[in-house]
Order: sequence, then structure tokens, then C-alpha cells
Amino acid sequence: MALLEVKNISKRFGGLQAVKDVSFSVREGSIKAVIGPNGAGKTTLFNLLSGFLLPDSGAIVYKGRPIHAKSPHEIAQQGLSRTFQHIRLFAHMTALENVMVGRHVRSRAGFLAGMLNLPWTWREEQEIRERALSLMEFLGIVDLADANATSLSYGQQRAVELARALAGDPAMLLLDEPAAGLNMRETADTARLISRIRDLGITVLIVEHDMSLVMQISDEVLVLSYGEKIADDAPRAVQGNPEVVRVYLGEDDA
Amino acid sequence: MFFELFFQYLVAGLTYGTIYAIVGIGFNIIYNTTGIINFAQGEFVMLGGMTAVTLYGFLPLPLAVIGAVLITMVMGGLIEMVFIRWLVKPTVLRMIIITIGISILIREGALLVWGEGVRSLPYFTGNEISALSLGGVRLSPQVLWSIGVCMVIVLFLNLFFKHTMLGREMRACAANRDAAALCGIPTKNMITLSFVLSAGIGALAGCVVSPITYTQYSIGSGLAIKGFTVAILGGLGNSMAAVAAGFILGILESFSIWVLPTAYKDAISIAILLAMLFIRPSGLFGNKEAMRLKDF
Amino acid sequence: MRTSRFIPILALLGAVVLVQLLTLAGGKAFFLTQLTMSAYYTLIVIGLCLLMGFAGQISLGHAGFFAIGGYTSAVLTTLDLAAYKENPLVAMLAKAGVLTARQDLYGGSLLSVHPWAACVVAVLLAFVIAWAIGIPVLKLKGHYLAMATLGFGTIIYSIVLGTQRFGAADGISSVPPFPLLFGVSVSGDSSLRVLNYYFAWLLVTVAMVLLLNLISSRVGRALRSIHGAEDAAGAMGVDTARFKLSTFMLSAVLAAVAGVFLTHYNGGIGPSEASIMKSVRYVAIVAVGGMGSLWGTLIMSVVLNFLSLRGYFGSFDDAVFGGILIVIMLFAPDGIIGADLRRLVGKIANYKQQNSNKSQ
Repeated sequence: MALLEVKNISKRFGGLQAVKDVSFSVREGSIKAVIGPNGAGKTTLFNLLSGFLLPDSGAIVYKGRPIHAKSPHEIAQQGLSRTFQHIRLFAHMTALENVMVGRHVRSRAGFLAGMLNLPWTWREEQEIRERALSLMEFLGIVDLADANATSLSYGQQRAVELARALAGDPAMLLLDEPAAGLNMRETADTARLISRIRDLGITVLIVEHDMSLVMQISDEVLVLSYGEKIADDAPRAVQGNPEVVRVYLGEDDA
Repeated sequence: MFFELFFQYLVAGLTYGTIYAIVGIGFNIIYNTTGIINFAQGEFVMLGGMTAVTLYGFLPLPLAVIGAVLITMVMGGLIEMVFIRWLVKPTVLRMIIITIGISILIREGALLVWGEGVRSLPYFTGNEISALSLGGVRLSPQVLWSIGVCMVIVLFLNLFFKHTMLGREMRACAANRDAAALCGIPTKNMITLSFVLSAGIGALAGCVVSPITYTQYSIGSGLAIKGFTVAILGGLGNSMAAVAAGFILGILESFSIWVLPTAYKDAISIAILLAMLFIRPSGLFGNKEAMRLKDF
Repeated sequence: MRTSRFIPILALLGAVVLVQLLTLAGGKAFFLTQLTMSAYYTLIVIGLCLLMGFAGQISLGHAGFFAIGGYTSAVLTTLDLAAYKENPLVAMLAKAGVLTARQDLYGGSLLSVHPWAACVVAVLLAFVIAWAIGIPVLKLKGHYLAMATLGFGTIIYSIVLGTQRFGAADGISSVPPFPLLFGVSVSGDSSLRVLNYYFAWLLVTVAMVLLLNLISSRVGRALRSIHGAEDAAGAMGVDTARFKLSTFMLSAVLAAVAGVFLTHYNGGIGPSEASIMKSVRYVAIVAVGGMGSLWGTLIMSVVLNFLSLRGYFGSFDDAVFGGILIVIMLFAPDGIIGADLRRLVGKIANYKQQNSNKSQ
């Protein structure tokens, strides 16, 4: 069953057609990768899916409901979570607090409850903290809980960001270049981690440059070039696709 | 009778419009090179007018005006060097608060030096009652001075930014500061220069309109809001549009007295500012547009 | 976590009592007047601290909300409806206790709105205006937000200054006392000075407890995340627009409450309370207090407001606040108290957390 369905979506910036009439779907419980040369429209596609951009035309259907007109926080509340290509952690907050913000969609204390500090709100706080810590444990960063998030190393920041995205128990995770800036060992770790996340029952859509990582973990690969879909198939089939080979051999980007 | 009154309001609007336009342009110059909105912009106008009045006590009028403009330019440069030059990547909030603080200090300093009195320069040519007859309507020559000087300033700035090396370097600095620095342009000096320039034109405007609008230690912050309104109306960074916006605001304000009590005059222009900010906030932040407008 | 928040609150209450005893012993009981006024101003700045330091949104128009509170209360409680006694609506309101008869200074009888009812109206009005203004204004960022709030403040100021009903440049005077319980009222009556001092600081303490709870709750975390990276906060499901708006409204309500009570305490209000310089002064206090530190803001508010109200800054009053703004923002943008205090609190919190982690 398709968890996410994208139908004929297009986005234009002035004279640049960033995404052109792209359709695809993501099966529940699968890992799907989006690849393509620089400027192929991958990040634009992600921003459309997560509500940061409005599509000019087309539809995005998540869990059977259209989400393309929704704002980012509404999409997140429906269980579609994302990370950023350029890590966007909350400055002046600890790693743990960052992850706890990720739990926002699964908790409900508002202004009044927060000010009065009612018993149920501090029980909820306790639950948020425990959940955040257990996720950090899962990602092997529980030691960093009290460190200032923006003072961590690049790889650690990526892990915190991932924990934050997972903290809301999303049904689907959008990962924007999770291996960017990581060394080979860290990339391999990331690949294993993504598989483990899938094994938790979370559907993953991933934009990635690292071809070995993509081919290793993905169930399906979507290839974009100049905003258009040129292939959408199993990794092996995509590798053999002459159009894809042409696009990639034309540029030394892979 | 109606026509005469109408014309009077129009002329008053144009006169105020010139100062608003010049303050708006001052905002633009500094914003273009630094990305800072200088909340102390209106104080330059006040400083120019007040200094000229003082200098006029022992100097002939032209020298007093020139002296006031030069002194204010030095002040502008000093402000940048003392308060802004050495900050490393200050946040917007920090810059807002610093320039507000500067504006308060200048105002309180002016209060100390000049007191609360309202002052003005004499008319540049003729006096209060002399008037030019223009197609049957009478017009104070000082109004022509104001509008003329405003036009000269705009013309001068256009020539400066388009056709001089220094002007081009400042534009390069505005387009991409890091790249400009790599090309050997002393970007820090360009920022100082932008403060000097915008202080200078503010002071000049302050001198020219002083015979008509008078000047007092506290006029700066009001002018800053009006100037900002004009800069936003015209699109931040676009100085020709700022002139048009200045006249529009001046005239609107002046005619508002017809329907509303004078006390609410300020509220009109601020309501325009707020409406503008609310209706077109995206247009104001739109990256591509902002980049285009950044070109002077 | 809960107990650690009690200790500073107890310390605050202790300090309030201690200061009162000291002024009594030192024969300086008149200091309490300025300390009471400082308490009301503190109510505004801790609200502003939440907005600026936590949600990261500047407001250069908070004196406007203070004025909305103060002027609404002043107008309603000095209104004379005695001539309309026969009007059924007026009669009904009078019967319901919303209107109250009292005597003016010269012994004439007045029928005006009861201070409690006026207070409710004033706070509601601030609430609604903050909502209406906040929706468009808080979409703006940086310079635009600063200018828009400055614009709002200026509009309130010019309305207050230009309207005869608000007393124009003279403001409104002879505002009646605000009755509390057991015959105690908020007023400048010197026999009630000590009680008024305690009432004002009790109000601050309650507000402090509520705000301290708030910042360490889910909402506080969400606000800081908006400050840290607004787009990422949205991607985490934080309704940034709603949270910013609620914070803005909360701080506006605190300012309005302060306006209401200070107006009754002073027996009047003038246009200078709505001026931009007042708004800037509140921003300055939050900045010195450390931007994100409620305690730092509270301490600096008492110190600076007290010194200013006692006239220690003389004619340099505004210049002092301007200078403070520049110096703090140039050399210590995190505030002078804030940085150290927060580091200390952070250490304690870490220590506690480690212990509790270990025990789990």
C-alpha cells in the first residue's frame, strides 16, 4: 500500500522549472531514495513534501489525505518528519532538549497547563524526557544529552537531528542527505542505522549523493534530472537504465 | 479659495516629502552596504539643522550649511567606527538595539547642547513673505530649494554609484561582501563611507527644510519612522522609488489634516507603514526581488 | 526539578520582606513607594523577557499595552454616568455592581465603572488588541518586526496625546483607589503604603511562578526552538505562528495588568507612559537582564526602575537607558547577570539530572 503518493507535481522559481510533472509513490515500510545530479530538484521536492514550499500544480497524498496545501507543522503533526541538508539544530539548547522538541507533536501541554504545572503536565514532561533519552540511547548519543547541541561535532549533530526527527514517532521520515559530510565509516554506520529505522516500521524517503549507500539500502530509487523524473525502479534496474547512465556519466557527480 | 488651500496643502506635502525621501534614501544607502537598518537615521537630519543654526551665528549662511553637513558626515563616520565597525557578525536584534541606543544618545546630547528650543535657519533667498508666482499660484522659494536640493542629491547619488570607481566598489560590497573583499575592496571602509554619505545627505536635507519645518532636538525618531515608511513603500534599496514614495507620503499626510485632527497626522503614515508591511511582507523578503533591489 | 524552582521564589519573598524591614528600620519607608512602582514595571519587563528572550521576538511597543490597560481603567473609573441614571442599561449595570457611586474630590457624587469591572475590560481590550495586531505583525522578522511594533507604539502614543477624552498632554488624574479585600485598596494613600508594596510584589511573585513554570514546560521548549531555528521548529510540528501570538498576548496582558494597577496606585496616568522611550526602556532592561533570564530581568528591573524613579539619573534619565543599551549590546549581548547566572543554574541542573539519570 502506498503511504505517500505524489501526483504530477510541479514547481517553478521565476524562469527555473525546479520540479516538473513528477509522480511517484512510496510503499509503506520501504526505503526509497531520490537521486540526481546537482540542481535536479531533489531538495525542492523535499521542501514540497514537507510543506516548506507550495506546489504550482499537482497533489501530494499522505495516508490517503492531501497535504500539499498544509503548513510544515501540520504535516509534521500527521506523522511526516524530516531532517535538513544543512543541519538546523536549535541553538542555545542542549542535545536532549533538541530531541525533546521533536516530541512536541506527541504531547499537548499548552500555555495554561505549562504555567500552572499541573500534575499531568509534569508526568507528560517525564514521558517526553524518557522517550528522548531512549531514542538517544538507540542512536548511541545518550552521553551527549547535556551538551550544547551546536557545539557537537558534525556527525554527532546529524545524529541529534535524526533523534529529533524520530522523537515524534513519525510514520514516515524524510532524510535530506544524511551522509553529507560524513567519512566512509560514518556513512556505513548511517546506512545500517537507516535500515534499522525501517525495521522499526518507519517508511524512509531519502535524498542522497552517496551512490553506494543508496544502492545498498534502498528498495526503490527515483532518479531526477533537471526537475523531471527519468527513472523510478529497483536499484539494480536503475543502475542499468541507459538514461540514468547518460545523466550520471555526463557529470562526475556520483 | 478651495484651489488655494489645496495648493497650500500640496506644497506643504511636497516639502515634507523631500525630507522623508532623503531619510528613506539614507536608510537605503546603509542598508545596501551593511544590511543594517539604522534607527538613528533621523538624528542626522536633526544634527544637520541644529549645527547649521549654531554655525550661522558666526558664519555666512552657505558656509554654515556646508560646515554643518561636513560635521554631521564626520559624526556619521565616527558612529560607524566606534559602534559598528568592530562587531563580528552581529545579529539583527543586536544592531537594532545598538542603533536605537545611538539615536537616544544623539537626541539627549542635542537636548544638552541646544535645549528644547525650536530653531530654524533663515530663508535661503527672500523671506517668509516673499513668494514666486507660478502660473497664478504663489510659492515660497524655499520650497523650490528643498525640492531642488533633493533632486540634486538623487542625481548625484545616481552618478556616484553608476559612474565612479568608489560608487561601484560600494555596490560590489552590497552585492556580495565576501566576494568584494576577495577582490581587494576594503569593505569596512565602504561601510564607513555609507554612514558618512547618508549622514551628509540627511544633514543637507535638514538644513534646506529647516526654514519651513523648523528643527528641534526631538524630531529625529519621528523622521526615522517616516523615512523607513518611504523606504519600504518604494522597496528597500530603490532610491528613485523612495523619492516618489516620499512625495506620496508627504502629500497624503498633509491632506489628512482635512479629515482628521492634526494630532493624528503621525498615525496616518504609520498606518500606511503597517498596512504595507502586512499586505506585502513576502514581497519585501522575497530573495530574488531583494537581490534585484539591492542594486542601488 | 520542581523543588529547585521553589528556592529562588522563596528567596524572592524573603528579599521582599527583608527590604520592607530594612526600610522600616532605616526610617526610609518612603522608598516603598518607588519599590511598589518598580514592581509594576517589573511585571511588564518579565512578560517582555518571555517574548524577546525566549520566543525571540522584539517588541518596541509594549508601553502601548501598558497605556491601553492604564488609560482604559482610568477613563472608565473617572467616567460620570450620574446624568444617565434613568437609562435602563445604566440602571441595570449599576444594579449589577458594574457601576458604582462615589464622591469626587469636591464632594459631588459620581456614577462610574467599578475598578474591578474596568480592570476586566482593560485587560480584555489589551488581549484583543494584542491578538489583532499580533497576527500580522508577528509574521514579520528582524527590522520589519521592530519597525512595526515601534509603529504600533507610536500610534497609541499619538492617539493618547491627541485625544481630549484621554486628557491629551495632561493625562487623566483623580483615578479612584482600586479596592482589594478587607478595606485594603491599591492607592497612593500613605497609610496603605506597606500593604500596597506587598500586594504589588505578590503579584510579581505569582507572575514569576507562572512564567518560570512556563519556560521549563513543553511550551517554553517550543518557544526556544522558535528562537533557535524557526523553520526547523515548524518542521518539528511546532505551530510557530500560534506560539508567537500567544506569547505576545500573554506579555501584552501582563503589561496591561501593570498599567491598570499602577494607574490606580498613582491616581492617574499621563501620555509619557505610552511613549516610545518607555518601550525602549523596557527593552533595555530585558537586554541588561540577559535577554533570556527572567531572574536577571527582574533584578535589573528593580535596580534600574528604582534608581530612575528616585531621580538618581537626573536629567540624564533617557540617556542612561540609551547608554545602557549600547554598552550591553556592544560588550555583553547576553547580559551581565544572565550569562553567569545561567551558567551556574545550568551546572546545578546538570548535576541534578546526572544524579537522577544514575538513579533510574
